[in-house]
Amino acid sequence: MIKFLFDRDTWQEVYDSMSKNKLRTGITMVGVWWGILLLIALLGAARGMENSFNRAFGDFATNSVFVWGQSTSKPFKGFQEGRRVSLKLSHAKKIEDNVEGIEFVVPRNRNQALVVRNFLSGSYSVNGDFPLLDKVQKKKLLKGRFINQNDIDANKKVAVISEDIYKQLFEKDELAIGQYIQMNSINFTIIGVSQTENANMGPSSDIHIPFTTFQQIYNQGDTIGWLMITGKPEYSIKQIEEDAKLLLRNLNKIHPEDKRAFGSFNLGKEFAKITGFLTGMQFLTWFVGISTLIAGVFAIGNILLITVKERTKEIGVRRALGATPFEIKRQIVVEAVFLTLIAGLLGIISGGWILIAIDQAWGQGDDATLVNASVSITVVFIALLILVVLGTLIGLIPAFKATSIKPIEALREE
Amino acid sequence: MLEIKKLHKSYAIGDSSLHVLKGIDLSVAQGEMVAIMGSSGSGKSTLLNIIGMLDEADEGDYILDDVPIKNLTEKKAAIYRNKFLGFIFQSFNLINYKNALENVGLPLYYQGLKRKERQEKARFHLKKVGLLDWATHLPSELSGGQKQRVAIARALASDPKLLLADEPTGALDTTTSYDIMAFLQQLNDEGKTILIVTHEEDIAAMCKRIVRLRDGVIMEDKKVTQVRAETHV
Repeated sequence: MIKFLFDRDTWQEVYDSMSKNKLRTGITMVGVWWGILLLIALLGAARGMENSFNRAFGDFATNSVFVWGQSTSKPFKGFQEGRRVSLKLSHAKKIEDNVEGIEFVVPRNRNQALVVRNFLSGSYSVNGDFPLLDKVQKKKLLKGRFINQNDIDANKKVAVISEDIYKQLFEKDELAIGQYIQMNSINFTIIGVSQTENANMGPSSDIHIPFTTFQQIYNQGDTIGWLMITGKPEYSIKQIEEDAKLLLRNLNKIHPEDKRAFGSFNLGKEFAKITGFLTGMQFLTWFVGISTLIAGVFAIGNILLITVKERTKEIGVRRALGATPFEIKRQIVVEAVFLTLIAGLLGIISGGWILIAIDQAWGQGDDATLVNASVSITVVFIALLILVVLGTLIGLIPAFKATSIKPIEALREE
Repeated sequence: MLEIKKLHKSYAIGDSSLHVLKGIDLSVAQGEMVAIMGSSGSGKSTLLNIIGMLDEADEGDYILDDVPIKNLTEKKAAIYRNKFLGFIFQSFNLINYKNALENVGLPLYYQGLKRKERQEKARFHLKKVGLLDWATHLPSELSGGQKQRVAIARALASDPKLLLADEPTGALDTTTSYDIMAFLQQLNDEGKTILIVTHEEDIAAMCKRIVRLRDGVIMEDKKVTQVRAETHV
């Protein structure tokens, strides 16, 4: 068989019979080529979409939930309903100690402030933050550093500003680090410029100052705006949310079933929704792709069947001249596999071009909708292998049909 | 070299069966040139197909060159066909996308001969039929007579014991027919055994023996004085 495959005559036969029937060969190849092309383009686009979602969430610990205080909706232990609830710094510590599966608990504060630098000013969100924030929501710093423990301990008047604020308050290429900006008539030294986290969500106007400094200038005491709780990957963030809220209700003497006392946003849950959507899309992609492939394989089978029908007489002659049924079948199958393989490879190549085109059109820049649209080469070759195997099997049907006709009947056919 | 005893063959047509050959006894010696004649439906084509191992008899014996031909698998039949028999058809049955040389080389390809050897042999046989200059031409570029010559060269390529010709001149005009017959006679003179199925008396007269079939039995089997085809050309 190996010798057969490397025999020049084998390929001469394949070439002859294919080049003699250019239209038929062409149509078959288009069927397979289209199937592979579609599979690659679809899988690539799906992967690109997945990548772009991952990038949007990329720097965020997705197993997170945000919790903030609202008003109670049920009277409890002598308290009226409608009581304002605010989170305290001590709560964060309690949650960290008592709720199972906690990775980090990050207390945060936020306020709107007018920021002035020389003759320029703007209204921005000022956040009181711990260095720990960097762990939950990775800060990419273009210049300088993020807040550290030293800043917290010494209530330093330092600030990390976002790229967008830098662009608004500073000249192009102007040095920002060490410069001053004024908030509430207090001068802050700029220690870092952070990159905009997610271009899809518009420009960021965040300023980070040390938590303790924030407490001081806004006279916040122990009160905190909201908590960011991150769970360990193996724990369910939903359960952590429930547990943390229950604990908070206990600490604040709130009815255990008071749903409104604390508001929350479960990032993990939202993320799971998108992941589910992506999984669904991937399934659909595979389904469509494989269906197309199968359609392609049937196209091959169909064409081969016609081929055999057309060549009944030729096959009869060949058998009269001493071709064994095995030799006839082998020839037909080799033709089928060769066609499939060539068309499949062409499909892979042009599929690659499509992915390049997709990348050029939608994959450039920070706000790309399809990031790095690509397919794994393994997947592609498995698809091709399946195609070849199915092509062979389907090629066997006409091959058997061809040899089941007695040579005499084949020859009699005019 | 060819022995046929009490050969029967029926075809199923719907529910009934048609008894085509009703006990044929035929014996052909080395170097004979036999014409099998009969009107259509007499069973002559069926007989030729059985001799050609393209079809199998229901009953009776068929011995070719001391080899009993019975219960052959398709594979074995193919090998025997290749080794023992050369076919010449009325409609030539050349493969239309292969040139003359490749057509002649086809039986050798199925013998498993190397390309070079095959081409050499094919060239030799093509030369024998006088068409070496046409080696690279496709069948569509050849005349009917030339096509039949290529077909004869192809039948000779595997050096068979027996040449089987099914109406070899049926699709040719008289002059070309005689031309082909002259060539077949020449081959016979060289010692080839040839069996020709025909319904033309003049063609049959050019053989050395005429076997007449009617309704599945041999009516007449006589040796004749061969009419040389050259005299007509």
